[in-house]
Amino acid sequence: MALARISIQPKAKVGEAVPVRLVIQHAMETGFRVEPDGSVVKKNLIKWITCKYAGRDVWRAETGSGISANPYFEFFIRADKSGDIEVNWEDDASEKGAVSAKLEVA
Amino acid sequence: MKCAAALLLLWSASALAQSVPTQAPVPLKPGSAFQPADMRKLQADELANPAMLWVSQGEQLWKTTRGESRKSCADCHGNAATSMKAVATRYPRFQPSVRRMLNLEGQINYCVTERQKSAALAYESDELLALTAFVSRQSLGLPMDVKIDDGARPVYEHGRRIYTTRMGQLNLACTHCHQANWGRQLLTDTISQGHGAGYPGYRFEWQKIGSLQRRLRACYFGVRAEMPGYGSEELLALEMYLAVREKGLAIEVPGVRK
Repeated sequence: MALARISIQPKAKVGEAVPVRLVIQHAMETGFRVEPDGSVVKKNLIKWITCKYAGRDVWRAETGSGISANPYFEFFIRADKSGDIEVNWEDDASEKGAVSAKLEVA
Repeated sequence: MKCAAALLLLWSASALAQSVPTQAPVPLKPGSAFQPADMRKLQADELANPAMLWVSQGEQLWKTTRGESRKSCADCHGNAATSMKAVATRYPRFQPSVRRMLNLEGQINYCVTERQKSAALAYESDELLALTAFVSRQSLGLPMDVKIDDGARPVYEHGRRIYTTRMGQLNLACTHCHQANWGRQLLTDTISQGHGAGYPGYRFEWQKIGSLQRRLRACYFGVRAEMPGYGSEELLALEMYLAVREKGLAIEVPGVRK
């Protein structure tokens, strides 16, 4: 189950810098970890995360083994019109996840 | 003379053994009080606290039907914010219908198997951790209030004995760190008072959320003792003793620890 939490203020003024906060539930297996029986835990990392605001790409991250499990991200978007903030990601097992929030701009 | 000295030695050894205090530390301090400021900040941040992912998962599971009964938790218990409020403060407790002690995980599994007619959730599985964390979260800030009733008395006494018994290659009892030396430095850590009110909690060492029993097993490992299994009598007894020892301490689930 791909689970994530996103937090954004519901309303903003035009031109305001709005913080977006994001946490994704993911083990971020580096491929270096070994089970007690000696078998290697298969590498499985989130490959990329993107954020769309009202249909446009506004933020993108390429994540690797240097990122912790259950990673936390915080970034800003410039509010100009009302729309959905859509975050998507994909991991090495080709599992995709998505989470979204609404921003109302007055 | 030699005989008297030996007797004195014997006497002082037994006096020492008896003088190990078993009461709660004064003042009671939560586990987070012994963590660095950034950990405390992360725990208090409802979004950034990584264990809140499991609380959210638990919230979804609460509404999901399971087993032959096709019932969800919510079908019987309704809104968790009201029905589960303060429930976590009363566990572990003696459950007369099954004539044994249950911790919160045990009670959830009792519902899963008896009411929902489903297979029990495995200890330390994401599902059981999520439900336990979600239920405990409804008691955030409420004081622990576990009572020692008749059925629970022997379990409590068992837990108290384990707590004060030396074990492992390091030959230490729980008391030697968490009663006699809390607040002092052990390598990079400040020794805590050893309360369980922050569990299930997130440990960076684990890179995920874990139960109080997992944390207790980590202490067994720390003193190089054989770790009891999940759901074993020993760990349940220790959980019971700790819950009584921390009576009055506010629940801070999910805690965040190094």
